[in-house]
Amino acid sequence: MPTVSLTVNGKAANATVEGRTLLVQVLRETLKLTGTHVGCDTSQCGACVVHVDGKPVKSCTVLALQADGCAVTSIEGLSQGADLHPMQQAFRDCHGLQCGFCTPGMIMTAVDIAKRHPEADEATIRRELEGNLCRCTGYANIVKAVQTGAAAMRQG
Amino acid sequence: MNHVANPTGIGASVKRVEDLRFVRGKGRYTDDIRLHGETHAYIIRSPHAHAKIAKIDTSRAAAAAGVVMVITAADLAKLGGLPCGWLIHSKDGSPMKEPKHPVLAEGKVRHVGDSVAVVVAETLAAARDAAELIEVDYEPLPAVIDMSKAAAGPALHEASPNNQCFDWHIGDEAAVKDAFAKAAHVTKLELINNRLAPNAIEPRAYIADFIQATGETTLYTSNQNPHVIRLLAGAFVFQMPEHKLRVIAPDVGGGFGSKIYHYAEEAIVIWAAGQIGRPVRWTSDRSEAFISDAQGRDHKTVVELALDKDGKFIGLRADTLANVGAYLSTFASVVPTILHATLLAGNYTTPAIYCNVKAIFTNTVPVDAYRGAGRPEATYLLERVIDLAAIETKRDPAELRRINFIAPSQFPYQTPVALQYDTGNYGRTLDMALAAAKYKDFPTRRAEAKARGKLRGIGIANYIEACGIAPSAVAGALGGRAGGYESGAIRVNPTGSVTVMTGSHSHGQGHETTFAQIVSDKLGIPFDQVDVVHGDTARTPFGMGTYGSRSIAVGGSALIKAMDKIIAKGKQIAAHLLEVSDQDVVFENGAFTVAGTDRKKTIGEVAFQAYVPHNFPHDKLEPGLEEQAFYDPKNFTFPAGTYICEVEIDPDTGVTKVVDFTAADDFGRIINPMIVEGQVQGGLAQGIGQALLEHCIYGADGQLLTGSFMDYAMPRADDLPMFKISTTDTPTPCTHNPLGVKGCGEAGAIGSPVALINAVVNALSEFGVKHIDMPATPQAVWRAIQTAKSKT
Repeated sequence: MPTVSLTVNGKAANATVEGRTLLVQVLRETLKLTGTHVGCDTSQCGACVVHVDGKPVKSCTVLALQADGCAVTSIEGLSQGADLHPMQQAFRDCHGLQCGFCTPGMIMTAVDIAKRHPEADEATIRRELEGNLCRCTGYANIVKAVQTGAAAMRQG
Repeated sequence: MNHVANPTGIGASVKRVEDLRFVRGKGRYTDDIRLHGETHAYIIRSPHAHAKIAKIDTSRAAAAAGVVMVITAADLAKLGGLPCGWLIHSKDGSPMKEPKHPVLAEGKVRHVGDSVAVVVAETLAAARDAAELIEVDYEPLPAVIDMSKAAAGPALHEASPNNQCFDWHIGDEAAVKDAFAKAAHVTKLELINNRLAPNAIEPRAYIADFIQATGETTLYTSNQNPHVIRLLAGAFVFQMPEHKLRVIAPDVGGGFGSKIYHYAEEAIVIWAAGQIGRPVRWTSDRSEAFISDAQGRDHKTVVELALDKDGKFIGLRADTLANVGAYLSTFASVVPTILHATLLAGNYTTPAIYCNVKAIFTNTVPVDAYRGAGRPEATYLLERVIDLAAIETKRDPAELRRINFIAPSQFPYQTPVALQYDTGNYGRTLDMALAAAKYKDFPTRRAEAKARGKLRGIGIANYIEACGIAPSAVAGALGGRAGGYESGAIRVNPTGSVTVMTGSHSHGQGHETTFAQIVSDKLGIPFDQVDVVHGDTARTPFGMGTYGSRSIAVGGSALIKAMDKIIAKGKQIAAHLLEVSDQDVVFENGAFTVAGTDRKKTIGEVAFQAYVPHNFPHDKLEPGLEEQAFYDPKNFTFPAGTYICEVEIDPDTGVTKVVDFTAADDFGRIINPMIVEGQVQGGLAQGIGQALLEHCIYGADGQLLTGSFMDYAMPRADDLPMFKISTTDTPTPCTHNPLGVKGCGEAGAIGSPVALINAVVNALSEFGVKHIDMPATPQAVWRAIQTAKSKT
């Protein structure tokens, strides 16, 4: 079986995979990075969003071999030690999560939104979140969290 | 207790402690747990809605690479069926039809997704590959899908030749008939309550681990009530001593009711792990969830409201068909009956009410409680027929409701449908909502929208719900096969920190924060010194779990009761240390003080003495400072409120946009306003989803046509507005629990669908549209407009 070589959260990682193995399986099962979640099988819910070479992707829809040689950042790589990334902090401060299951993908998407739209208004954020489903919050506090987190990242 | 001064006490919007792991991706959900030597189960599911199984050939699969075992119903002959927890009797006195719900289909499949066989293999991929090698010969039968034609269809179960599970009723039919005979006006409406898929974002997941040395099995399960699962699996399915089964529900990614129930896959992994002596895991994918998670709602109702000449409601009659799906799920029978028809008085003084509910088996996924569970259905039919009555009798919908309110002076109020409301002030929440929504100014907004080519509508709905489920005596009298209490235990540790063990379970509600607030507040112990343990039958006393907005009202009350015992014992210890009598000691601000003096012992000092009892009156006191309590509620709690929705419809496309939504709720006392507001927001989103977007649609052949997130429209961020929520002004605390709390988890989903549909009908009033069924999709709205136009 082929081997895939990745840089995950700044560290080199190799995994032996089948052709059908998905990136999310390598993260969760081989590397034990279980913060990236799987909530659907049709690329709709966004619980599995990670950054690949700086771009947000749904890791349930990428074959591990497609990511060979790429740098992957998962939710576990967003902050180090006791400190939270400003977007993680904003989600907590704004009560932007309840059960926490969609949260890792939601935060990874939010960080990308903040990078592309540092001063996004509510409508833009709601549109940009179309690939991430949350069943708990009704999104109001997620929208506030993205705005708050983006502001903190600007000042960052 | 000085709530203003305590930034982490009752009433404070304390940031959630659980978030610190969730935002880092450090939550520990069932599928995140990996056990040494584990195997993977894959379920072969029926592609047919209704078929006989002529033959299953598993030989090729059993021989495939990596396969550990293959399971069919023949292997599970000694297992019981999955039990139903509530016995309903039909109006003729006969018990409901309760056919066996086998773990794996026995000779017949009854819905698409019914579990037929299982492959257990070294990897999930190997199990899936081997599943392809299993040959099942099906002999398809006609599918029973439409409830109103079910009696003519082939019987799903031999025990129920007409596919009826029960024919139940409540209320005084003769009194209602009299009321209608003398009514000045009768409004009649036929409506459906659309079937929904709960769709917690975490799919169901189970792992069973059998320890041969002790004969113990541990089940990890994404579930809302681990003790209940241990009881159902242990006592009913496996006849296994409960002490040999430990059930752990770790972090759970949302439930909304769908994770209350004991599912076949739990039994499968428990059985398989015992057979092979290795852990067995199963995680649903989303496609499986759509055809195996219990679904919600699915009622067809004819409702009639009788009014006198002054607009007073004098009678209400509802005739409901309730779809229970192919088998009775754990609480399927109580949802359309007790949790539905007993709420039909709503917030009003209607003196005569009668409701008949016929529950029907169909070749669809089982139906059970989903957020609100019967109460959204009751609220929907009641507040729809009232709105239509307002149109027909040319009354303002707010005022028609107001003149029929139960007045504050009438509490406690006995309804004609069994419940006794303890307290409420419905005029207050109506006023709050009307003011916040700027109701009086609506005509201006409608005119402004009209100038932009949009149809603007406003809809009002009141709701009441019976929460804090349930007084055990009442549950038992009504057919419940379980109690309705909750447990709580408080361990004050030797160094003064506190471990709280609760039978409630948090799967998004934030109990680790709110329960810690309650304990910190009452014991005067710093919030960060309080740790809440839940979701493990080995670490918590027997508890009933979390559903029906019960955790704070019942579980929180159990904690208060346990803390009262802690304080009583602490007083004895302090009295001994301070050499005074027990009666002279008072407990306040975390210290036991000799009344009228400054002599005191802090709770930490008392705890230390309790565990290091070198100088202890052992003849009077046991060492230790740990107490347990069970709280059985005296009554349900009755959260109530008013929701107002404003929509704008594009008449050319039928697209409906929710442009404003106001919620005014009375939840009694509030522990954490931030969390309560979040619960309302989430409930509103699910209710708006029901009214605008979501619908499980089955084809005539029983195939679920909306079986993925590409076909089933989940609410997304840009489908929803910001909400105006006022919950902090709570006029009427619950009268019968020590916290004065009512519960807040389901209100949003109960009150919002009907507010939205009332708004849509109001927006379409110029076309004479009287009703539109949920979901009000663009096509449905556009068709309603075209149909109305073609009639004029």
